[in-house]
Amino acid sequence: MTAVLSDTALHIDGVSRFFGTGAARVQALDNVSLDVRSGEFLCLLGASGCGKSTLLGLIAGLDAPTTGTVDTTGRRTGMMFQDSALLPWLTAGGNVEVPMRLRGIRRPERRARVDELLAMVRLAGMADRRPHELSGGMRQRVSLARAFAQEADILCMDEPFGALDAMTRDLLHDELERIWRQTGVTVIFVTHDVREAVRLGDRIVLLSSRPGRVAEVFDVDIDRPRRIDSTRVAELATRVTTRLREEVGRHGH
Amino acid sequence: MATEIDINRGGPARAGVGPRGEKLASADGLDLDALAGLDALDIPTTERRPLATRAWSATWPKIGALALFLLLWQVVVWTGWKPTYVLPGPWSALREFGSRLGTGHFWDALVRTVVRALKGYALAVVIGGVIGIAVARFPILRTAVGSFITSLQTMPSIVWFPLAILLFKLSEAAILFVVILGAAPSIANGVIYGVDYVPPLLVRVGRSMGARGFSLYRYVVAPAALPSVLAGLKQGWAFAWRSLMAGELLVIVPGHPSIGADLQNSRELIDAVGVMASMITIFLIGVVVDAVFNVADRQMRVRRGLVAEGNSAVRAARGRGKGRGSEGGGDWPRDDDSGGGSSGEPTGGPYLESRVGVTTSAE
Ligand SMILES: Nc1ncnc2c1ncn2[C@@H]1O[C@H](COP(=O)(O)OP(=O)(O)OP(=O)(O)O)[C@@H](O)[C@H]1O
Ligand SMILES: [Mg+2]
Repeated sequence: MTAVLSDTALHIDGVSRFFGTGAARVQALDNVSLDVRSGEFLCLLGASGCGKSTLLGLIAGLDAPTTGTVDTTGRRTGMMFQDSALLPWLTAGGNVEVPMRLRGIRRPERRARVDELLAMVRLAGMADRRPHELSGGMRQRVSLARAFAQEADILCMDEPFGALDAMTRDLLHDELERIWRQTGVTVIFVTHDVREAVRLGDRIVLLSSRPGRVAEVFDVDIDRPRRIDSTRVAELATRVTTRLREEVGRHGH
Repeated sequence: MATEIDINRGGPARAGVGPRGEKLASADGLDLDALAGLDALDIPTTERRPLATRAWSATWPKIGALALFLLLWQVVVWTGWKPTYVLPGPWSALREFGSRLGTGHFWDALVRTVVRALKGYALAVVIGGVIGIAVARFPILRTAVGSFITSLQTMPSIVWFPLAILLFKLSEAAILFVVILGAAPSIANGVIYGVDYVPPLLVRVGRSMGARGFSLYRYVVAPAALPSVLAGLKQGWAFAWRSLMAGELLVIVPGHPSIGADLQNSRELIDAVGVMASMITIFLIGVVVDAVFNVADRQMRVRRGLVAEGNSAVRAARGRGKGRGSEGGGDWPRDDDSGGGSSGEPTGGPYLESRVGVTTSAE
């Protein structure tokens, strides 16, 4: 194992996770080890059901590993869920406000910040809408604003842009990249979309399926700002996709 | 703005803009405008009808049902199945009820009964709520008393009266005791089920934001449990009211007129018209309280999007979508230089009509 660097934000060591007991016991993760630098943008890539969400849950402290350790080095984690997972009884603004209320931030400051965050995800003026009055993509953006409101040191994002059209997604890639550079937050970003991973990540961790293992780690040496339709992004994406195909192919579906 | 919107929805291609999904070639500002435009398309519309219309459409079926019931009652009386001194017609019962409204005694009795009900119910809410929270929170308590609460709930409240009368004599306390025993288990169960059925995802959301212990209850569990709690409160009221009526028939406190005492009194005097008038009073109180609960329930559901969409979707499916402020035509590949202001007959059905209607108003 590599030595723990002083600027390592997250240290995952030999993590396995089983679900269920007896015959129904499934192994979601097998001996996953991973170090994430502080301020790194790490993309987790893998087939559906390979354990990406499980790994994020472990990092965010929502779940405990069966064996191994997850060390967030005293940093605070935040989470953006795969489904937008807004609280249906609150407005969009109310949802963004909750993490700030939990941290005891005072009302005037909260309100200003809510407006700021909603404007950032291009939802200015939508603060009073209820989640059911928003489209799926808009809900995801509210969820994104709420994730930023947590002001976490390590931000876990579970397929945050899955339900968005390509154009909106492009805009939010730019926005996410800008905020990431500004705040220096460490991002663990789960996606199915290889190009998206190449567009955003400093590193891409490819997980194999059943059980999830680290199959390969790609360094993305492409200068920022990147464009998702640039040739260098496309080249690396092709390589990663080929590798991903192999992984999926090994399991016969 | 309308130009980009329509193109992005699959209309004819224009300079600088590709079909949906392709990036706009121009500077940032335009991108954002386009995004705002897409959002405008995405917002579902809610239909608002005038209050009077809504009130009328909620009222007339009730009036109709009531009229039908009164008619049936009258028909039974006309058949002569029972002599009118035991089964009077609706007209004489209603007239008796009307004339009682003018007496001080009626209002005395009504106020006493309502105060008893509210007092007992309020205490039941507090006691049931505390027990519910405690049982939901501590597994040991659930194992110990969880199933007893449900068996208490199914026990007819009338069986408590012999004990209540032994304990408290013929007094207000006896009535209160039974009302609380009747209502509290339902309220406690509402709380317990509400907490049990909080979606685990929402709990994870709360925990990921740093909510622990009490704050998790305050921000996630309590609001998520509200529908079930409200159902428990409603059922608790029904049990409280039943228990109270049983109590007022059995426990007649001298010098304390009440609706139940009046009813019992009328029966003893074989005053069938009086019995009917009391029953009407009891029924009407039930209707009023039910309306209050329904308003609360509906408001909660509307806020959470559990009602409006379904209703309007059903209406739209029947082709009755109206009042959405649509001005433009509904067909997509329309030349849009007019900015949606042309008055074409909508041809896209209610769904498209509403989408275009929003676009127009968002400009
Ligand atoms: N609570 C649970 N109980 C039992 N099995 C579970 C549970 N959670 C996850 N699993 C199993 O663990 C495996 C990994 O699930 P996970 O949700 O982490 O996948 P994923 O990589 O996020 O997939 P997707 O990309 O489709 O979201 C799956 O096989 C799943 O069935
Ligand atoms: Mg997942």
